[in-house]
Amino acid sequence: MAITDAPKIVTARLGHPDSHTLERYLATGGYEGLRRALTMTPEAVAHEVDAASLLGRGGAGFPAGRKWSMLRKNPVTYLVINGDESEPATFKDHLLIERDPHQILEGVLISAYALQVTQAFIYLRGEFALGLERLQAALNDAYAHGAAGADIFGSGFSLDVVVHPGAGAYICGEETALLESLEGKRGFPRIKPPFFPAVHGLYGEPTVVNNVETMANIPWIITNGGAAFAALGGGRSTGTRLFALAGHVRNPGAYELEMVKTTFRDLIYAPVLGGGIRGSNTLKAFIPGGVSAPWFGPDQVDLPLGQDEVGAAGSMLGSGSVVAMDSATCMVRAAWRITKFFARESCGQCTPCREGSGWLERIMHRIENGAGREEDLDLLMDLCDNISPGVAWPPQQTTICVLGPSIPSSIASGIRMFRDEFLVHIKDGGCPFD
Amino acid sequence: MSHLSADILSRGRALVGLYPEPRSALIPLCHLAQEQDGWLRPEAMAEIAALVGVTAAEVRGTATFYDMLHTEPVGTYVVSVCTNIACLLDGAAELLEHAESALGTRAGGTTPDGMFTLEESECLADCDRTPCVQVNHRYVGAQTPESFDALLGDLRSGALADTVPPHGTLVRVRRTVGLQATKQAVAAERAAAAGAQLRRAEAASPSIPSGQGS
Repeated sequence: MAITDAPKIVTARLGHPDSHTLERYLATGGYEGLRRALTMTPEAVAHEVDAASLLGRGGAGFPAGRKWSMLRKNPVTYLVINGDESEPATFKDHLLIERDPHQILEGVLISAYALQVTQAFIYLRGEFALGLERLQAALNDAYAHGAAGADIFGSGFSLDVVVHPGAGAYICGEETALLESLEGKRGFPRIKPPFFPAVHGLYGEPTVVNNVETMANIPWIITNGGAAFAALGGGRSTGTRLFALAGHVRNPGAYELEMVKTTFRDLIYAPVLGGGIRGSNTLKAFIPGGVSAPWFGPDQVDLPLGQDEVGAAGSMLGSGSVVAMDSATCMVRAAWRITKFFARESCGQCTPCREGSGWLERIMHRIENGAGREEDLDLLMDLCDNISPGVAWPPQQTTICVLGPSIPSSIASGIRMFRDEFLVHIKDGGCPFD
Repeated sequence: MSHLSADILSRGRALVGLYPEPRSALIPLCHLAQEQDGWLRPEAMAEIAALVGVTAAEVRGTATFYDMLHTEPVGTYVVSVCTNIACLLDGAAELLEHAESALGTRAGGTTPDGMFTLEESECLADCDRTPCVQVNHRYVGAQTPESFDALLGDLRSGALADTVPPHGTLVRVRRTVGLQATKQAVAAERAAAAGAQLRRAEAASPSIPSGQGS
């Protein structure tokens, strides 16, 4: 496998220093997809997106077209865009929001037309101060250009878009928590069923919730056709995806790669991508899709970057974030820090998650700091089992949302792959990497 | 005499008008109140409650869920040092330790002069520039202990005043345009869209019985 010559679908403009401006956007084909869409029927636009087989780029990987088709029988009231990117080590939406906000807006406008929605909200993570300013400026310019607001490009179609700031809560990336937050409440995920905002969304109305990167793909799909998009990638994972590579690589960064036809090895080691592990160390393990995902060892680097392929291997492509950890990394410390994150971000509604995350964090902390006991390993797995019975993948759930069953991933991976390292911490009464 | 200034109040009312339900403006209004005061004063929460038609307790109840909304005073500059996984792998714990000693306060604390609040933060989504630091939610790039000291100096001297406004000011770009959709307007447009959709479906395949749509 090699890096392919697939077109850059969402990052084509990012090389320009003024990529966020309307001038640059218009000079590089911007809003042509919207103009084209407005000459089509809404159903034909939705059909193109369906034909692209675009999987949602937020983390769950639900087909965007199917999300939309649920609403054909039941017209949608609101379109809500999830820009609350908070999965640790994920930074691709952040890049798209700051550097190409018009592309996201165009995707929103086309999608709203396909769904015949007249009100859209873009929920951005509150910590994205620059992103919020760039997106608001882009929105102001889009209205002035006639691309948003009333009677868009003289088509008779109108859409109002509101850029809505969050205020710092990981859980608001969960779509029902996001809707609660957008209603001005605490970000508590809603009890399911109803499973989909398509049935019960914002203010109880039918709502489509799509991710920022999903939206960024829409203009290209309408301009070039769903079939052209579906011709890229492989299996169910069509098109390209923006991967956020972090950790102990020479060149951390966001790379847009053709799905399935490229591998983790390409991403981590190719000189034009990750460039390999820094210094003289080697790869010890990597997290393939955000910290909710179980870890992989170096023997799994040849797995293709595809949703089903990674799923079949026991983890997930998730949020599109890959973290490489080198041979000098303390895996107890890594798993402890991830657990601390979940303990901090648990919304507190469900006992297994709220209490379990705290207990797990304290046990991990004592192991890392030399006060662990040998029976702690069984205790950790037992607690993980209480949160997610069987500690398997895909995970079972005892909680309202998937934050709970995400907690065991790093601990179970750590114990299964690096049990000896945990035992050394316990026997020696401290961290061997300190 | 209201606590929120006339300017903040008028921008606040405009915010409320953007949403089909007033309560949706609650969090943006909290940001706006922090722009005035640097934090969420009880007087501000009471006025936000009146603007969106809930109780002050409901405003507090919502605000306390969110890390960025501060119901206690914070410094002019809130310095957030991420120690989550990508940053941890690149010296974030050591940077936080340095920040604590440079500022003379533990994470969560504020310097006695009210200039700095130090926070140990979760992932800030800038993981190719590690360890990642934000000041008042503005990225300041990867930091070393040395560059961190220089950063504090620049903040103290006002050299970064253009890029990093005082804490509370989140979005400096004002919304200048747009419809202000009422719930009734959205409902009417939705009904019209549904009717049009049905007509198109019927035109495309006349065999579908009316009422089922497509």
